Amino acid sequence: MAYVAVKGGEAAIEKSIELLKLSRSEGKNSLETEVITSRMKQLVDRVMCEAGFYAPLYAAISLKQNEGSLEEAVFLMRAYRSTLTRSHTSLELDCREMRLTRRISSAFKDIPLGQILGPTYDYTHRLINFDLLSENEEELEAFKDEFLGNIERLSTPMKAARVSDLLREENLIADYEKDNTEPEDITQEKFMFPASRSVKLQTLFRADTGFISGVAYSGMRGYGASAHPTIGELRCGYMEIEIAYPLDTDESMVLGEILFTEVEAYIGSHISTSGAHDGLGIAIGYGLVFGRAETRAIAMSILDCALNNPDPSNPPNDEEFVLLHGEPLEMSGFISHLKLPHYVTYQSRLDNIRKIRRENQINGSNATSEYGEELCISDE
Amino acid sequence: MNENDYNFAFLDEGSKREIRRAIIKAITIPGCQIPFGSRELPIGRGWGTGGLQITLSIIGPDDILKVIDQGNDDSVNAISIKKFVSRCTGVEQTTDTQKATIIQSRHRIPEEKLGENHVLVLQVPNPEPLRSVERSVLKARQMHGDTEYSAAWLLLYEQIVRYGKITMGAGYPVLVDGRYVMAPSPIPRYDTLGLDDADCLYLFGAGREKMIYAVPPHTSVVPLDFDDFPFELENVEERVCRICGAENVYFDEIFDSETGERHYQCSDSGFCAKNAAAKQI
Amino acid sequence: MDQIMKVNELSVVYGKGCDYCRDSNNPLEKNRCPHCMAVCAVRDISLELYDSEILGVVGESGSGKTTLMKALYFDIIPTKGSAYLAAYNNGETDIFSVSSQQQRAIRNNLLGMVYQNPVMGLLMNYSSGGNVAQKLIAAGHRNVAAMQERTAQLLDHMEIPLNRVKEPPRNFSGGMQQRVQISKAIANNPPVLLLDEVTTGLDLSVQAKVLDLIRMVQKQLNISVIVVSHDLAVIRMLSDRTVVMLDGQIVEHGFTDQILEDPQHWFTQTLVHSLI
Repeated sequence: MAYVAVKGGEAAIEKSIELLKLSRSEGKNSLETEVITSRMKQLVDRVMCEAGFYAPLYAAISLKQNEGSLEEAVFLMRAYRSTLTRSHTSLELDCREMRLTRRISSAFKDIPLGQILGPTYDYTHRLINFDLLSENEEELEAFKDEFLGNIERLSTPMKAARVSDLLREENLIADYEKDNTEPEDITQEKFMFPASRSVKLQTLFRADTGFISGVAYSGMRGYGASAHPTIGELRCGYMEIEIAYPLDTDESMVLGEILFTEVEAYIGSHISTSGAHDGLGIAIGYGLVFGRAETRAIAMSILDCALNNPDPSNPPNDEEFVLLHGEPLEMSGFISHLKLPHYVTYQSRLDNIRKIRRENQINGSNATSEYGEELCISDE
Repeated sequence: MNENDYNFAFLDEGSKREIRRAIIKAITIPGCQIPFGSRELPIGRGWGTGGLQITLSIIGPDDILKVIDQGNDDSVNAISIKKFVSRCTGVEQTTDTQKATIIQSRHRIPEEKLGENHVLVLQVPNPEPLRSVERSVLKARQMHGDTEYSAAWLLLYEQIVRYGKITMGAGYPVLVDGRYVMAPSPIPRYDTLGLDDADCLYLFGAGREKMIYAVPPHTSVVPLDFDDFPFELENVEERVCRICGAENVYFDEIFDSETGERHYQCSDSGFCAKNAAAKQI
Repeated sequence: MDQIMKVNELSVVYGKGCDYCRDSNNPLEKNRCPHCMAVCAVRDISLELYDSEILGVVGESGSGKTTLMKALYFDIIPTKGSAYLAAYNNGETDIFSVSSQQQRAIRNNLLGMVYQNPVMGLLMNYSSGGNVAQKLIAAGHRNVAAMQERTAQLLDHMEIPLNRVKEPPRNFSGGMQQRVQISKAIANNPPVLLLDEVTTGLDLSVQAKVLDLIRMVQKQLNISVIVVSHDLAVIRMLSDRTVVMLDGQIVEHGFTDQILEDPQHWFTQTLVHSLI
């Protein structure tokens, strides 16, 4: 065992950073950020979602800067975002106003406006298309002209009422009073437990995609109550972001629009509705993401619902488990800190093990307990 | 990073003020964990962001900064943090403990005695001393509120039952001001006694867990132990630093990869260099 | 006889509750309020516990017995009511009105609790000795050798072999786990011991042994005990006085012999008649 104290230095760090640049510049073609934002949309959306920061160009630069590392791109975006002041808060968004590009329901066949498939990978066969090796822009342009030339344009944007509004009229869904209290802001304050709904939704919105998908999946497999939720509605489309007009708060200004996917998952549950009904009804889990990350949005809706039914024996229903372990910067930061030297702490640990071994040798036993558990010492 | 693009000490003044408020609250309730809105920084969570946010919030242009990682001024992470602070503040850096006004440290308290003019900022990976006995944040908080610390002692009791000895290594839990059980960050047990009745101010920052706590000057800090199993330091006897010849300090253990021999050298590199220089004169 | 504990009009309501169900004279549907649908698990219960006696609480499952015990041990915050312990401030202070920190201290020093489910009362991965020692540590003991001696003595008393003191309760049978819980509960010689369905789910022979040990301990320590069970046989064997609970309320109380010989309430009569 040789663990000589590595004393690095400024020079070593600088060279290491140059090596990164070397690695990033492999090959002949520079990666234009415009290509990333237009052709790697899903990747850009994921970075923005986990960063909690809508800025496609910055997401593209971040991806370019870090050889496409999602972890590092989210990190860059977060660190930059935390230096910005929040100059405005948008007006409340109502996703009923969404300019739809896709909208489906797995609960009802006939919904107002019908099922709108939109762009989805769901029905593609996942076969690598080797033609893309020699795809050229002229062909793509021709396809675009032809496709756009043949479609019928709508005079007004496609908008639709929510499926759940119909159920709510029947008192099958719990109807809550509108809660217009100022939401907590998890970027400004440490949240405490029990967590408010705004904290839960914000945390889930920014959580690592793999984490929330995995935990939601565990709930579906039996580690929780939400065995098989039904997608009441999944809608994907553009939402205008408005702020109050600074000089006249009755007026508003549109800043632009953002592509969202919103999911309402239905889960059978004991509910109290505003009417006299009390008993089995439908609880709704809510999911919202930037872009078209549908699996992520569904996972979020499952966890939202699970967290509203606390049960510390099931990870998906345990708010401390879900809200504390999916934070991308925290998880990657703490795991990667293991690479830092731990000479001092390890010395302290070794000292203890040696002492105990020595004393136990004198006493004629070894340094494990009678039940075979190895000496286990907490180490940071 | 273009220095002009960012505020002095990186964080905006509002954030710094909020962190200072948490620090003041922490000083007034010694050993109690105070939540704060930990900001995302350009260095990794778990790499000293808690300590760094404290440093950035309290540093002024006239401060002199020393940063050490496991005792070492030249460790890559110490250099990285030092470089970052100096880029966004321009303050003077030093490796001399006595000269520094703010010392940010990971897992060590310097060998040289700290005085009234020093603030030692410790980076904390896990601020919750009860975490290993109660994983729920909510319940652990309730236990602190109730002064219900039997589980913390029980952990040590169990170690004695199993191994005949307390096996807790670095980060040994302490009782602060007779009230709060506190994780002193993973400093070696050797450093723990330095927290008690000190002349300097100790600030602890956990960026990932978003907690700040403090041990103000001249506060009682007592390691948890039992009458018949008192707190024990690491064994530093019969060891001599191969560089400066110091004895009775905390050592790094070095293996010579060629000869297989084991050497010791001061874990505190600033102290070691000073000591070696003094001997040459 | 001296009063050791007194409970006044204790209620535990799950749900908001309304004016109707707050009035204990108004009838409920079982324990559910027909107006606001709140569950009144415990409804205006008053009782006294005297020096060195065993008080039995009997009732069917769902009658509120366990909720009552949990409220007395501060596991559940009662909706209303007060309780006084002679050992706490001379019985002058309502123990539900004091700070959570004080309640912890009362729990650690003046009460012992044995839960129906040992998981509630024991740390399954710690040694059995450590489990008992925790109660001593909580009361301020800081000498390991003395605590080890005391825990070994307590466990030996409960017939746990000395060579198993270092083993965690998860390795033990249900009866043994309950005996570890009892050792833990009486470690600090508390004036009051709460036993919640301690023998439920155990084999008959094991039940008999645990009940024997409880009786023995109670006599030796002169401890006052509240024992809760759905099983009148357990109550008959242990308790001096008995209260009968139905739907969160006490429907009958008196000396155990008297209740067994001459039950007044129809529910008590059913219970007694089903007892062979």
